[in-house]
Amino acid sequence: MQPSDDVLRDIHRRMVRIRIFEQEAGKLMEAGKIPGALHLYVGEEAVAAGVMVHLSDADQITSTHRGHGHLIAKGGEFHKMFAEIFGRVDGYCKGKGGSMHISDMQIGMLGANGIVGAGPPIAVGAAFTNKFKKSGNVAVSFFGDGASNEGSVHEAANMAALYKLPIVFICENNGYGEYTPQAHHQAIVDVADRARGYGMPGVVVDGMDAVAVYEAAGEAIKRARAGEGPTLLECKTYRFFDHVGVRGMGLSYRSDDELAKWQQRDPITLFEATLIEQNIVSAEEAKVVHDKVEAEVQAGIEFAEASPMPDPAALLDDVYK
Amino acid sequence: MAESKTQPEARELTYVAAINEAVRAVLTEQPDAFVAGEDVAGAGSVFGYYKGLLEEFGAERVIDTPISEEGIVGLGVGAAATGLRPIIDIMFMDFMGECMDEITNQMAKMRYMFGGTAYLPITVLTMSGAGISMAAQHSQSLEAWLCHLPGLKVVMPATPYDAKGLIISASRDDNPVFVVLNKMSLGMKGEVPEDSYTVPIGEASIVRPGENFTIVTYSRMVHESVKAAEALSSLGVETEVVDLRSLQPLDTNVVIESVKRTHRAMVVHEAVRFGGMGGEIAAQIQELAFDYLDAPVARVGAPFSPVPFSPQLEQSYIPNADKIVAEARTLLDV
Ligand SMILES: Cc1ncc(C[n+]2csc(CCOP(=O)(O)OP(=O)(O)O)c2C)c(N)n1
Ligand SMILES: [Mg+2]
Repeated sequence: MQPSDDVLRDIHRRMVRIRIFEQEAGKLMEAGKIPGALHLYVGEEAVAAGVMVHLSDADQITSTHRGHGHLIAKGGEFHKMFAEIFGRVDGYCKGKGGSMHISDMQIGMLGANGIVGAGPPIAVGAAFTNKFKKSGNVAVSFFGDGASNEGSVHEAANMAALYKLPIVFICENNGYGEYTPQAHHQAIVDVADRARGYGMPGVVVDGMDAVAVYEAAGEAIKRARAGEGPTLLECKTYRFFDHVGVRGMGLSYRSDDELAKWQQRDPITLFEATLIEQNIVSAEEAKVVHDKVEAEVQAGIEFAEASPMPDPAALLDDVYK
Repeated sequence: MAESKTQPEARELTYVAAINEAVRAVLTEQPDAFVAGEDVAGAGSVFGYYKGLLEEFGAERVIDTPISEEGIVGLGVGAAATGLRPIIDIMFMDFMGECMDEITNQMAKMRYMFGGTAYLPITVLTMSGAGISMAAQHSQSLEAWLCHLPGLKVVMPATPYDAKGLIISASRDDNPVFVVLNKMSLGMKGEVPEDSYTVPIGEASIVRPGENFTIVTYSRMVHESVKAAEALSSLGVETEVVDLRSLQPLDTNVVIESVKRTHRAMVVHEAVRFGGMGGEIAAQIQELAFDYLDAPVARVGAPFSPVPFSPQLEQSYIPNADKIVAEARTLLDV
């Protein structure tokens, strides 16, 4: 599935949107402006962008604790996102959810999730709806290498294959679950190896290569839409920031060398270089994309800062419909 | 188990350091004890409980697990049933959802179902409480789930001293014991003897004596209740604050004796009020001390909603000294 130039530009824009949003969010967190925990997606942008460009607002995704990138790539709006992670009333969840529960039901973003491994079963439910209603929509479930060891993920994968549901499982293998390296949490290297056991195809792709992700995700999504059942697509990637925030808890659990090596494969740098080389985007055009996103991020922050805190009187709203 | 307090020294430790010292003592004293959980070894837990223990006791006894709560608790159940003394770490008690079968249907019931032929000396350390904008899935106080399960013991230390003593007691107990910790208390300091000592499971302590009113509470709400008691004192009400320390078994005696002296009582906890421990305790008070009561037993707990993220909303959600005082003034008409 060869991406058109427009699609390539679209992927690029989505990646830059994620990068700049997350960098600014990281700074704001370190400046003490964002309460709670913030799990940033910097380094993994090619995955969200390369997958999401295939989806419409009617297709659903489930996300993880590291959810901003998924929401942004799905079409999330910065001002509502910043307002939410600031805990303001104009946020996506009226300030009640925060970073770990950010969601946009209007565009099929069924939530970041504070419970590791909770997304896949919910995505199976969404895929069930799609099949039930013959809507032609697909569900895509993102989860980490760490999450791949939760029973919930195995149960979801088995059911999805059994019912031939229109769903794609995307394992974002960034090599760590919190501070535990993959080799200390599972005896396999490729999570996609498990696909055979579930009865679905398993594919491994370079998650730092946006085009590779785009192509592999395209195949899987096409398969799902055609009623041929699920795929497990594993994207090898890396998070450039710590597990939480930018510098995290200051634990030494991975080497500077390793980080530097992966940073040399920065998905945005790589992709931009290719786009420029192939005359799809000029260096100036790329800069305009960055500048525009930068301005949009600043506007989003201003909006969020001006938004009021939720009224305590609203505490009990929305517990029930 | 008698309280084996050694010479108290004037040494202060934080709550988290007391936990660390307790687990170190357990691993030192009990060759069959081990710690297993997510990021407990290399990282020493995200809360820092186990810092240095991997280095001291090695990777055979301080074990990083996959993110597999059902597997981790099951491992603890199976290992305990076959001769080891596991300390199992469930990072946040909110994650118990992932392992509730192992807790409810296996750990709590195995001994009974097997006619007493098995026993499970397992200690589970887990974390409760709101207050730092960790939102709805990382802030809950779900102790009532556990206290409802015959076969489990549940303790909730309010102080560094009790944290260390209760963890050591839990590890020596031949039954499953949940030690439910509190995240807002991690940095709190208090006197902690260096030696190994126990705080008996099932014994409440009166942390502030008073003759007009009894507050029954546990975990971090002990400190809010003591603050409230000071405020009530200036209104002429002397409040006795009972720190339950252990919820299962519950030290009904201390509570009832206090209420018989003060004639009025309130239960305070951070957990959602509806269906919380307050209901059980209030019921026991009216069953056992009805004739002594001059007022209904009041309850202070969280409102019936998930824990909100936004800091001000969260503050309006969590019980505190002001809310306790306000509720007490209505009850006592002062
Ligand atoms: C059920 C559950 N267990 C543990 C945690 C604590 N926790 C949060 S993120 C995380 C690591 C997840 O690793 P992975 O799935 O690889 O995602 P990554 O953070 O690498 O993106 C853990 C253990 C949790 N939130 N939920
Ligand atoms: Mg990971």
